[in-house]
Order: sequence, then structure tokens, then C-alpha cells
Amino acid sequence: MTAALEVRGLTTRFDTRGGAVTAVNDVSFSVEKGRILGLVGESGSGKSVTGFSIMGLIDAPGRISAGEVLVDGADLRALSDEEMRKMRGRKVGMVFQDPMMTLNPVLRVGDQMAMAVRVHRKMSKSAALDEARKALETVGIPSAVERLKAYPHQLSGGMRQRVAIAMALLHSPSVIIADEATTALDVSIQGQILAEVRELADKTGAAIVWITHDLAVVSSLVDDICVMYAGRIVERGTAEQVIGHPRHPYTKGLLDSIPSLHAPGTPLPQIPGSTPQLSRLPQGCPFRPRCPRATELCATPPPEVTVEGQTVLCHHPLERS
Amino acid sequence: MTDTLTPDSKIIAVPSAPPAETRAMRLRNFWSDYRQSWVAIAALIVILALLLGSFFAPFWVPQDPYDLAKLDWLDAFLPPGTEGTGGYAHLLGTDNAGRDMLSAIFYGLRTSFVIGISAGALALAVGITIGLTAAYFGGRIEALLMRIVDLQLSMPAILLALVMVAVLGQGIPQIIFALVVAQYAYFARTTHGAASVERRKDYIEAARSTPLPTWRIMFKHLLPNVLPPLIVVATVQVASAISLEATLSFLGVGLPLTEPSLGTLISNGFKYIHAGRYWLSIYPGIFLMITVVAINLVGDQVRNVLDPRNSR
Amino acid sequence: MTDPILKIENVSKRFTRMPGLAERLVGKITGGGKPVVVHALTDVSLNVDRGEVLGIVGESGCGKSTLGRVVTGIYAPSDGRVTLNGKPVAREHGGNIDKLTTQVQMIHQDPFASLNPRMKVGETLAEGPRYHNIIPAGEVRARIRALLEKVGLEGAYADRLPHQFSGGQRQRVAIARALAMEPEVLVLDEAVASLDVSIQAQVLNLFMDLRRDLGLTALFISHDLSVVRHVCDRVAIMYLGRLVELAPADQLYADPKHPYTSALFASVPTIGTGKRVFEAIKGEIPSPINPPSGCAFHPRCPLAGPRCKVDVPRLTDAGAARTVACHLNDGGVGLREVAA
Repeated sequence: MTAALEVRGLTTRFDTRGGAVTAVNDVSFSVEKGRILGLVGESGSGKSVTGFSIMGLIDAPGRISAGEVLVDGADLRALSDEEMRKMRGRKVGMVFQDPMMTLNPVLRVGDQMAMAVRVHRKMSKSAALDEARKALETVGIPSAVERLKAYPHQLSGGMRQRVAIAMALLHSPSVIIADEATTALDVSIQGQILAEVRELADKTGAAIVWITHDLAVVSSLVDDICVMYAGRIVERGTAEQVIGHPRHPYTKGLLDSIPSLHAPGTPLPQIPGSTPQLSRLPQGCPFRPRCPRATELCATPPPEVTVEGQTVLCHHPLERS
Repeated sequence: MTDTLTPDSKIIAVPSAPPAETRAMRLRNFWSDYRQSWVAIAALIVILALLLGSFFAPFWVPQDPYDLAKLDWLDAFLPPGTEGTGGYAHLLGTDNAGRDMLSAIFYGLRTSFVIGISAGALALAVGITIGLTAAYFGGRIEALLMRIVDLQLSMPAILLALVMVAVLGQGIPQIIFALVVAQYAYFARTTHGAASVERRKDYIEAARSTPLPTWRIMFKHLLPNVLPPLIVVATVQVASAISLEATLSFLGVGLPLTEPSLGTLISNGFKYIHAGRYWLSIYPGIFLMITVVAINLVGDQVRNVLDPRNSR
Repeated sequence: MTDPILKIENVSKRFTRMPGLAERLVGKITGGGKPVVVHALTDVSLNVDRGEVLGIVGESGCGKSTLGRVVTGIYAPSDGRVTLNGKPVAREHGGNIDKLTTQVQMIHQDPFASLNPRMKVGETLAEGPRYHNIIPAGEVRARIRALLEKVGLEGAYADRLPHQFSGGQRQRVAIARALAMEPEVLVLDEAVASLDVSIQAQVLNLFMDLRRDLGLTALFISHDLSVVRHVCDRVAIMYLGRLVELAPADQLYADPKHPYTSALFASVPTIGTGKRVFEAIKGEIPSPINPPSGCAFHPRCPLAGPRCKVDVPRLTDAGAARTVACHLNDGGVGLREVAA
């Protein structure tokens, strides 16, 4: 069975005044139908650029310099701009942190959704509106018919994000990429949306890439996790493996610094230093200067080590406990 | 548990920050962006040449056009390139009073620069104060000040300047005052726009809650952060002040012919243009045009460089 | 628990937006164009003891940030008062804040916005204390260096501009700026919310260290329940401008009394529990322009009864040092029970 989304050796570079910077470095992963992959990392880790690269939304001075993006086995990178535009929205949908990236503020929700439907499919406006209504209902929007008549600014933040998700769903895409889609929302609203996203993956069979910095969200939502650091995937495995038994010192450090896992008031274990600038990465393993396990060996490129489907990019991975 | 990162809150390791970016470095970056356009470089060279040429005019032009005793009626209306009684060639010809046009143009340019730059600087100071006050205090003060500014912006600057000069009379200080009145509103509007955005940022609230005195927040915190767009407006307004002054002088309400600016020269030569004595008006006109266009080109490029959307 | 340093007494804060001229004209015809009143805070009373860290938790529109600004003195309360050691934090003069205390200092959420981008951090740190003569003039430089070191930076960084620092470092600078004023009370408004997880841990550790060393009193405003639990002694839960529950942190987390508190806990994703299903609170947060009648939470509350639509619940005792504003703790949710 081919995966709904397969990314192989994806590399995205940005040309800046200080020289070329590799924001996404040799990233590979695959997501099967109905599964949710969590792409986790801190700011500057390249997680969002990975999402944009998959969508073919990288503009100059950035460029995808290597790699393949396969959706249902077809390589998106081989497509022309025109074909890519058709592919976006139909086979791959995207949800952003700010729903207003997707929504047009001067059009009614129903009108813009119907328009989006009719871009890819020939049908009457009323049939398109019906499709829109169904999509809104899928994401749990009550009284969908009234919402169709509303302008985006008349909706709450949570409701807008649901509409944005519904728009991504319009063409039953094989792949949905969600970039920090619930980060700006209140916890009670986030809880509602996460529950619906999980149901969505199970029901529609869409493969979802959930990009976030929030490990707690990831641990309760996704099936598989990729942890990114300085443009690379440093650890990859099932949610249980990565959260329960992290093997990369960075993943371990991230998990350890979450307050809820420690007695109140106790000092939190912390990763020293801060995320490196991509233009000034250390040689070999980029995590080396902050890593408690680093040795001289780490100045050389780290090897990929896989045990039982859990892959780490590290010279000295933690033992499986 | 050897795998656990040691919890030690005492070690708050801080990585070395990137090397301090000095003012010199920022200037170098600015310059490397600026020189991307050869047109802008040429414009800058032209302006510098005109500035130096006009301010040092007494040391190099052949004649002092203000000194009526040096003028000779025999030299009147000499075409460009002709040698006059002074024993030197009048490269751009002479006017009806026997003034060497080249000398008159560079003296006139000096007057134009003095008026344009001082009017621009004063209008900047007045506009900044009004714009900052409106943005900082908001409410009624803002409504009142900005309505006045809007009202003024809806009137043509030349009309206001004409009225002011008519009331105040001729002379360089009067012209500068008239230009400030006509132009401060542009600065006030730009300052207000930028400052209203900055005003809402947390660093202003932090300064207020410290608390710091109002004037300090306005001039130490708000002002430095609204300066970049103002630099661009200031450049363009200097050009516009120069052409406004030329217009006033051309209309005969600006400077007298005894201390000619470019506008006065054009106006003076205009009478003779149909008699084939084109050089009296055309050459000052060309210098005025080159000056204004060059300043605007520099302003455009400065805006491009300062625009964060264009930063790499 | 005998020495409340900060007293917030029956504080309400309303924001009124007057309609513009055009809106008023249109309003004459359509019947709109009336002033819009946002009830940001309604009758909030709290005491903060010396050396205590009080957490203020709630979702957007609950008024927690407004409360922080009222305590700092930037906003004047519409009703009620805030006193520090018995003195009001701000003096109001003709509707404007006239003079406010240097004893309450605030740390903002976004360290990229809270530092003047064109001022060297040394100057940012020094200007407050210098203006208010908190540090003798000759000692300013040395004290600023010491402060920077205290928050885990290098003294030499005083000559740098904010954009040369990372987010975590900037937040350290913001903390140093607040400490430079030698305040009695710190207000941290979502102070770690915009930081990466690993940096957040560093800043929380710094805060706990400083608290231990300096005996800080603080209001810790956050939406993040796990962070609040980690650093706070007591926690106040707010909903739509009102205080709904106040309890020592360990008790609140072990046994939330208010249905909103319980629901909030249930909808937070937590790591390591393997929780896959969220018991999400139904519905949306109502607008503070038009809050629901009675208990503001009643439209979303699974336990609401007829009384909740009518009566505003009072804060009542709910055991050791805790209070809760819910009819369940005050005679029941039925209307008849009240009448009886």
C-alpha cells in the first residue's frame, strides 16, 4: 500500500545576505491514510517551512533544492505551477494558525466556500453551497446554514478556524497539513477541535500532518511523531515510542522541561542555551553544544539509527528503557 | 537514570549572543542595499555635486551676481559660450542685466537649498511634535489635531504658501515660514500614522507602567521608532519645498531679483523666451528639474532600502 | 497568611467605546450607534500575601490581563480599589492616571514587543531607576551589570540592542527591567507563553530562583494550567470578568469545585497520560459585551439548573482557605430550593 503522503529527502534553502541557509535539511517521512503525523519542533526548527514546501508555497529567496513529495504516489515536484495550483486544495489542503490566511474577509463564508468548490468541480451554486454545508457539519459547526451567510469577522476565533478546516476538507483531500492550527485558540475550544480532527482522520481517511510546538497536543492527538531540530528530523516513531521512550537527547530534554511532569515548585530540567541560528550551525550534530551526551564524535555527521521502527539521528542515542 | 538530563537550575547557560551589531555595520548594510540601483547612485552624486557646487559657489563661479557694481550692461543677452567684458566665456550666457547665468544659477541654487532644507527641517520638527502628541494622547486631542491636519492636507500647498507670503511679505525667513505652514501637515500625518501603531506596543505600556514621564516616552521611546518613514518623507518634502519656493518666486511673490533663487531666474528669463533668448529660462529650469528629480530618486531608494518588506 | 500586601477590593472595569459621528448618524435611522460597553472585570476581590505567588487563570475574555493592568495602575478601575500596603496603586485625576506606583512592575507576554527596539538594554534597564532615584547615580552601571548577571545574562550585554538577543534572553531582560525598580509586587502577564518549551523551562527556573532569593510577591497570569500549577501557591480561576474559584494550588488541582474549573482541566491535553479523548466544554465563550444572565457559565455548564439563569452566584467558602462562586456550593441550582 502506498502512503497518502511520502516525503523523501526534502531540502529547502533560503538565499540570504549571509549566504544560503538550509531551513529544511534532508527530511523524509510518510503518512498513511487515516493517520495523523505530528511534526514537532521549536521555533526555527523548520517545521513550518516543511509544511509550506510540501504545499509548493515556497517563494524566493527560498527554493526547494532537493527531494520528492509524493501524494498518492504522484510526485508534486514534477508538476508545473499550473498543475500544482490545481493540486493544492484538491489533493492537499492546508490549515494555518491564522484562519484569515484562508478566509477572504469581504466574502460570506458560503460564497467563498462555494467558489472554492466550483474551482475544481463543475456544479451549480446551490449544489456547491450544499457541499459547503456538509463540510461545515463535518467539523461540528452547529446551524451550518446560518453560518454560510455570515462574514468571517462575525465568527469567533474558534469558529473561524473550523471554517478554515472545513474549507480544507471541501474536496476530500488525501492530505491535510495543519500548521499550529489550534495554537491561538483557548483550551476549551482547542479541545473541541482536536476531538473533531481525530474523528475526521478516522472517518474520512485523510492523512493529516499536524505541525505544532506543543508536545501535549501532539501526545493526545497523533499516531506518529517526527521531532525536528535545526531543519532535520532528529527522531521519528510512533507517539507511544517518542513520548514514552524518547531516544534522542533533544526529545528527552524537551519532554523533561514540561512542568506537569514534575512536582510543583521543583527546578525543571532544562536544555541549556537556545536554538542555534541556521546560518551558524555547528559542525556535525547541530544539537551538540546543548547536549549532555555529546562527545568528540558528535562533530561528525550523526548516523541514522533505527530500532523497531523508531529512528534517531544521533551518535549516542538513549537506551530503550 | 544516567539518561536523564541533570536538573540544575543554577546552570542557566546562555549562548554567546551574535556579535554586537554596531552603527557602522548598519550603515554598511544600508549602503550595500542602497547601491543596488545605479540610478540612485547617480542621483546621489548629482545632489552632492550640486550641494558642494552651490555652497562653494563664491569660490569658483566667475561672477558675484549679487554685486550690482560688477554687472555690465554691455554683457546683456550674451548667448552661451560668448566671451564678455570680464574676459571670460559665459558658458551659459548672460541675462538682461549682464549677469553670468552659470554664476546666477549656482547662487540661486544655494538659496533654494537653504530654503528647502531649513523649511523641511522646521516642518519636520513641528509635524513630529503634533503627530506624536496626537498619537500618544489619543481621544479629543488626537481628533482635534488630526482634523486640522486633514483640513490642511485637503488644500493645495501652493495656495496656502501664496496666502502666507501675501500676508508676511517677501524675504527668505518669510518664505521659509510660509513653506513650513504649507508642509508640516505631511510630517504630522506620517508621524501620527507610524506612532499610532507603535503606541499600542508593549514597550510603551512598559514605559508607562514603570512609570516614566510622558515627554520621555514620547521622545525617547516613540520617536526613534517612527523615524524611518519620516526620513523618506523629509527627503521628498525638501524637493517639494524647493519647487514650491521656485513657484512662488516665479509668480513674483518669492524672492526679489537682487537675491535670485532658481524660480526668480526662470521668471526673469521668461519674458525673453519668445525673443529667442532661451538660455535665460531654460538653464535655471534644467537645474531646478535635475535637483528635484535627483532628490526624489534618492528618497525613493531610501524608502526601498528601509522598507522591511524588501529586507533580506 | 496574615499580611496581605496587595488588596483588590470589589474591582470592576468597563470599557466604553463611543460610536463615531458617522455611526451615530446611521444609528439615528437604524436604531444602532449606541455606546458599546465591555464588562472586562466585574466585582473582583482578592488579597495577595507577602511572598505569595498567586496564579490568575482563564481563557480569552476572562479579564485576567485587565486585572493585571488594574493592579499595575495602567487602568483605573471603574469601581472598587486596589491598594498596596494600604495605599492606592494609582491616583486618578480627571479620568487620567495621574501618578502611579513604582512598586508594582509588569512583565509582558511578548519580549519582542515589550523592549524598545532602538534602545540599548542597559539604557532600558537604567532609565526607570535613574528617573525615580531608586539607584544612586554613581552606582547605576554597576547595578545594571549585576542585574543582568542575576537574570543569567552577561553584564557586557548592556550595550546591545534587543534584536541581538533570542526570545528567552529578551524575556530575561524584561524581568531584569522589572526588578531594577525594586518592586514589591510583580505582575507577569503570560510571561512564558510565547517562549519555546525548552526556553520556557529556563525562564520558569529563573523565576523560581529569584522568588526564593528575593522573596518576590507576584501575580502570575496565564492560560497554561500546568505552568501555573508549577509556580503558584494559590490559583484564581476567572470566567468572563468574574472570579469563579480561588484555592491553594494543590487543592484546586486535586479537587476542582467549580464546574468550569473541572471542565477546563478536562479539556487540556496533558502529556504522558495517553489521554486520547477530550471531554470538551460545549459551546463557545460568550462575549463580555453581552454576558449571559445569572451565572455567566450557565449556558455551557453541564450541571446548571434554573436558578443559574437568574442569580449571580456569590463567592462562598468551600473548605480550607478556598472559595467558589457556584450555586452548587450555595444551596443548590433549583429555584425552589432558594425560595425555601
